[in-house]
Amino acid sequence: MRVSVQEEPFDLGAEANRFAEGDTGSGAIVTFTGVVRDLAQGNLDVMEIEHYPGMTEKAIAAIADDARQRWSLADVLVIHRYGQLAPGDRIMMVATAARHRKDAFEAAEFLMDYLKSRAPFWKKEISGEGSDWVAAKDEDEAALDRW
Amino acid sequence: MDVLYFAWVRERIGIPKEKIDTEAATVADLVRELVAREERYAAAFADLSALRVALDQELSGFDAPLTGVREVAFFPPMTGG
Repeated sequence: MRVSVQEEPFDLGAEANRFAEGDTGSGAIVTFTGVVRDLAQGNLDVMEIEHYPGMTEKAIAAIADDARQRWSLADVLVIHRYGQLAPGDRIMMVATAARHRKDAFEAAEFLMDYLKSRAPFWKKEISGEGSDWVAAKDEDEAALDRW
Repeated sequence: MDVLYFAWVRERIGIPKEKIDTEAATVADLVRELVAREERYAAAFADLSALRVALDQELSGFDAPLTGVREVAFFPPMTGG
């Protein structure tokens, strides 16, 4: 299992290859990538991501441990960036490896649902119009209920 | 204890972190102390339902005791992913 909270960009292909390498027991690898979405008006200049150093790493590790208890997983990878990002930049990725795809898919969805509402990150959208903190959505909180 | 603020809570209060000497028994007591201090704290803590609190880097609640706690953090609901 690897958790990385980092400011610098990551290479999606290289990370996915490294994650898959040498694992002959897993028949399924699922990866999810989160990308900075532009505003509806197409004028997002910067997405600034703030986090809580120390708690972030612990919270993500706890979520990943929880996933490993619930599903039969060979490995888990979580990379999440902070700092200043531009539209189209990759914010984060999750990868899961399992013998069978159901475990890999479900665990990846679980990780995403929990990272969204339980990992201490906050996003601010900065455009020519000003800046706004992205508000948490009720549906993101509700998404946790299904687990 | 160290008190940390993140996102718009940090912006409203104007600082990311401060040391506070307090006898407050619970998080809610600490919030009442801060609110009584200055308008910027009152503005940040106006609606507690819009806030979350972590004690020693674990999510907690406003009725939680502060006994033995070294680090308190206040922030809005998280928006990771």
